[in-house]
Amino acid sequence: MISSLDLGTILAFVVAFSIFVYVVMDGFDLGVALLFPFFPERHDRDVMMNSVAPVWDGNETWLVLGGGALFAAFPLAYAILMPALYAPIIAMLLGLVFRGVAFEFRWRTERGRFLWDIAFTGGSLVAAFAQGVALGAILQGVTVTNNAYGGGWWDWATPFSALTGLAVVIGYALLGATWIILKTEGTLRDHAYTLANRLTYTTLAAILLVSAVTPFLEASYWQNWFAWPRILLTAPVPLGVGVLAWLLLRRLAERRDAWPFPLTLALFGLCFVGLGVSIFPYIVPDTVTIAQAAAPRISQIFILVGVAILIPVILAYTAYAYWVFRGKMDPDEGYH
Amino acid sequence: MLTDFDPVLLARMQFAFTMSFHIIFPAFSIGLASYLAVLEGLWLKTGREVYLDLFHYWKKIFAVAFGMGVVSGIVMSYQFGTNWSVFSEKAGPVVGPLMAYEVLSAFFLEAGFLGVMLFGMKRVGRGLHFFATLMVALGTLMSAFWILSVNSWMQTPAGHAVTDSGQFVPEDWLAVIFNPSFPYRLVHMVLAAFLTTALVVGGVAAWHHLRGRSGPASRKMFSMAMWMLVLVAPLQIFAGDQHGLNTLEHQPAKVMAMEGHFESHPDGAPLILFGLPDQDAAQVDYALEIPKLSSLILKHDLNAPLDGLEAIPHENWPPVAIVFWSFRIMVSLGFAMLGLGLISLTARWRGKLHDWRGLHMVALAMGPAGFVAVLAGWVTTEVGRQPFTVYGLLRTADSASPLAAPAVGASLIAFIVVYAVVFAAGTFYLLRLMNHAPKPHEPGLKRGQPIRAAGITSAPSMEPNEMMGPREENAK
Repeated sequence: MISSLDLGTILAFVVAFSIFVYVVMDGFDLGVALLFPFFPERHDRDVMMNSVAPVWDGNETWLVLGGGALFAAFPLAYAILMPALYAPIIAMLLGLVFRGVAFEFRWRTERGRFLWDIAFTGGSLVAAFAQGVALGAILQGVTVTNNAYGGGWWDWATPFSALTGLAVVIGYALLGATWIILKTEGTLRDHAYTLANRLTYTTLAAILLVSAVTPFLEASYWQNWFAWPRILLTAPVPLGVGVLAWLLLRRLAERRDAWPFPLTLALFGLCFVGLGVSIFPYIVPDTVTIAQAAAPRISQIFILVGVAILIPVILAYTAYAYWVFRGKMDPDEGYH
Repeated sequence: MLTDFDPVLLARMQFAFTMSFHIIFPAFSIGLASYLAVLEGLWLKTGREVYLDLFHYWKKIFAVAFGMGVVSGIVMSYQFGTNWSVFSEKAGPVVGPLMAYEVLSAFFLEAGFLGVMLFGMKRVGRGLHFFATLMVALGTLMSAFWILSVNSWMQTPAGHAVTDSGQFVPEDWLAVIFNPSFPYRLVHMVLAAFLTTALVVGGVAAWHHLRGRSGPASRKMFSMAMWMLVLVAPLQIFAGDQHGLNTLEHQPAKVMAMEGHFESHPDGAPLILFGLPDQDAAQVDYALEIPKLSSLILKHDLNAPLDGLEAIPHENWPPVAIVFWSFRIMVSLGFAMLGLGLISLTARWRGKLHDWRGLHMVALAMGPAGFVAVLAGWVTTEVGRQPFTVYGLLRTADSASPLAAPAVGASLIAFIVVYAVVFAAGTFYLLRLMNHAPKPHEPGLKRGQPIRAAGITSAPSMEPNEMMGPREENAK
């Protein structure tokens, strides 16, 4: 018999998995948009946008699943965090509105195209920054009174959340650059190599800064990272980041197109594990645990049944969709 | 300045505003996805190019509408938490999983196959492409299934228990999902989506007829749209009537507001055609009414007694005037759709379907009628549910997030500004796409023409004639 706590933990991993898949998949879509200013050529931008056009919608759906699964499995945490993150979430949604419609609108106008390019990049920038701010705001803790959010609507705004906002923007840009390397050829790819190289260094700097500050935000974070013997388990995480970064820089220097993108994904994966190490077993740091926030057992089971059956199916046809559009982009293709 | 406002009222305004914008697009894309599947299916079956031309024509329009539906829909999914956190916490165990199922079974399906449907015609075989189109259409219907189940549960909650802390806990999932109003609401909404799409398709075709630019494709789609109206409008009126009877059984106060019945009528209630409901005075001014007809419609008995709002506590009354009027708008448009269908039938019978300007002008004027009717219908059912979020159990005033008015006011203004810009542009592009008449296709890809990306030509696409789909003109 599986206890309720175990179901809660499994579902917490489902939520975390959805958010992670969202972060890396929409991360490269948003990253490609963030790099538009570095590619002023109209044709380059066409190819860049078309490289993500068939998949962005599916990628963004993981965000809906992340929020939806949190709502379904941990209604208390959802009810506390969403009002706490009110401004960043609304900003993210509005940013995603501009980014999303730009995919279609951009092709519907000649004169106004530059405007939708701005909307594409600007919307992505706002969304990425807001996501980073939300992350920072959760990490630094939110005020909870009587099982509800008890703070003000500007509590999230701190230097730390600005730092995490910036870090996510930089990280997404790196994902975008390595995606372009994977999907394109010629000068477009060459330029992406230069950018990816610089972005790797800035991403590392951002990871370093955030990691240096985080353990001091809550006493439990410090314990989670450095208490003996836990440190034996946690130490490989930063070491792994170092190894991956070194490998990434090597592959960039060797110009092996297929490698930088998966390596960046792995880098994101380790950072995500790092966040988990800090927060677990809480879901609202230092106030509400996974078990406390969990929905009734009957809801958990119902969600898990759906997840167990449908996530593998989703992964299969998502993989198929990527397979259909695999390989380097045909610069002249598009349905428009 | 915003501190003087009631934050709950602002949150309601924001939800109503963002929801009203959102529903326009699913109402269109649910029907259009099915229409695309029908078009592609007919093309595969008959091989007639006109269906493929229409498929490509509406595909581009679908992409724009669908995109706007996606971005406005994500807003909705997060707004439960940002603005209605108390509702989310209390009702989350029931509605959360249903919405998670919507994501898992509908959103991913649509999104996963949309790319193949829009971009993949040259990359996968005909069968697979058709499969992708079918999956997109199925996804839109699955989405309607789950979200209407959620909404219906909020209207007619069933299959749950309430804990001491006021949290709703599911007891029987089937009873939750198939709650009493769900089947009616689902049928009513899906038919509404089909009608909305038929009216748009018919309106666009009528426009090209009137401009003297109609080719075989315009004629074909006009004929299809008019058939759809003839078949679906009567069904919809019947479904709406059944839905109304269901509402009378489970949410009598809503029907009282729809009917404008403040007073109880022990021996037969009149049907108030028009009038000005006055909530404070609890009466309908200048009422134009037909005696006993309401009892006949709702109870199938001229003399059946019908309670009015005076029979229930005043604090449980919905805002009557809004519900009263939105209901009348919806019903009149429903009958207007039936009327258009019948006129088209006469025209078809006399062989003048494509030559009768009067018909085309009416069809053009009715083009947006589906959207108005859908909005009016949703206003009726949602405002009619007030003052509750979960009908009879959780009050709207007790559902909102602990947010100060300036926060909600600022976001509301931001939504209004952004939506005004984005959706004005989107509507403009949609209308411009529709303004181009569908054309017979340009020469397709010749066999052997290089498709540059390595390794993307799947085996079926190498078959002769398989890849002869028209190359889309670059829409300016």
